[in-house]
Amino acid sequence: MAIISRGFSSRRSAEDAKLPPGQYLTTDFPVLSAGPTPHVSLDQWEFTIDDGTNQLRKWDWQAFRNLPTETIRVDLHCVTRWSKLGTTWEGVSIDRLLAEIQMDASFVLVHSYGGYTTNLPLKDLLNNQAWIAFRYEHEDLAPEHGGPARLLVPHLYLWKSAKWVRGLTLMHEDRPGFWESLGYHNYGDPWREQRYGGD
Amino acid sequence: MWRVGKVTALHDETATARTITLEVPYWPGHVGGQHVDVRLTAANGYSAVRSYSIASAPNLEGRLEITVERLATGEVSPYLTQELSIGDRLELRGPIGGWFVWRPHQSEPIQLIAGGSGIVPLMAMIRSRVSSGSTTPFRLLYSVREPAAVFYRDELQALSDHDSVVSVTYAYTRDAPKDWPRPPGRIDAALIANTTWQSNLGSTCYVCGPTSFVESVTGLLVAGGHSPNNIRTERFGPTGDRR
Repeated sequence: MAIISRGFSSRRSAEDAKLPPGQYLTTDFPVLSAGPTPHVSLDQWEFTIDDGTNQLRKWDWQAFRNLPTETIRVDLHCVTRWSKLGTTWEGVSIDRLLAEIQMDASFVLVHSYGGYTTNLPLKDLLNNQAWIAFRYEHEDLAPEHGGPARLLVPHLYLWKSAKWVRGLTLMHEDRPGFWESLGYHNYGDPWREQRYGGD
Repeated sequence: MWRVGKVTALHDETATARTITLEVPYWPGHVGGQHVDVRLTAANGYSAVRSYSIASAPNLEGRLEITVERLATGEVSPYLTQELSIGDRLELRGPIGGWFVWRPHQSEPIQLIAGGSGIVPLMAMIRSRVSSGSTTPFRLLYSVREPAAVFYRDELQALSDHDSVVSVTYAYTRDAPKDWPRPPGRIDAALIANTTWQSNLGSTCYVCGPTSFVESVTGLLVAGGHSPNNIRTERFGPTGDRR
């Protein structure tokens, strides 16, 4: 049974109704990262897909930017409880990047410049649910928000949308990433409020 | 699981920040740097949850302190800093977070760099060092708007004067005390070079503050030779450069 906080009342607006449980609306774009922001130059940038043993595909920036792109308009939900609605991104869909790869994997570990990792079921990256995004609100993605390019998986809490992304490892077995090893939920569905392990 | 803590003391750190001491039966313990979720519920059933850094060292008494800075447009912080009374009960969940923490077995030199209310989790690390009996050298570089905005002033003074637990340098950004050797201003490369551990000592740096502060300080640390792998950060608030 909840304890009533005498004198406490809501300051919410009607727009908050669209939010997942426990989230509040912000118009800022807060930054949460575990360490310094890596600054990756475009001539050094590369994006790889491997199966844990062999490299399957690799793109440099030019090759990546030659791929067809999509404009994506989505809501963002961070586990620290802010949500931001109607953000616009440009990116390459993961379906496109995986198109020519023969796979029987079920899970993916996402790797970033700077050492960050996060894990997802492969099916959450397929069928137009995830992108490698390089523009935010029609401008090049700023380093503190994950530029040159970040993963965008908007149906999960934002820590799954790894900043400074550099590659994907396709796996048969699930393996926890950085925050998933430090007490956060393995899957992270905001609509089921899967914030911490055990939720 | 949600626990219930009872407010046993309230202490104003500054005009806008208040330390809340809670007694939490069966608190599972925590380490310096972790945070706790606080849930408020209104009479109509509406509830709001926010995370706050724990300020107190681990202890066996189930005592937990958080220091809350009031945000003018906030939903929870005005209540916690202005309405909450001794004897009230709060719902809590935690501790949370396993990355931005200092554990007493760490023996490398520790560099703490705080911007404003970013001092709170760093204070928990300093207090943990004291309570654990660790002799690891700690340095704190604390950037704050003006003298009146300093949290934990007397305790930091005592810890740096008498016990050499932590060596403290203040960087005032707007108003400095009279005769202060450095004119008011943001942390720069010279201050980092003169007051923090040299990069070849293998220190771990913990940087906590507003996003623009953390971006700037970590940039200076990396430029000064610190490995990004030895720098841990916690950011709050909006981005510095809105667009």
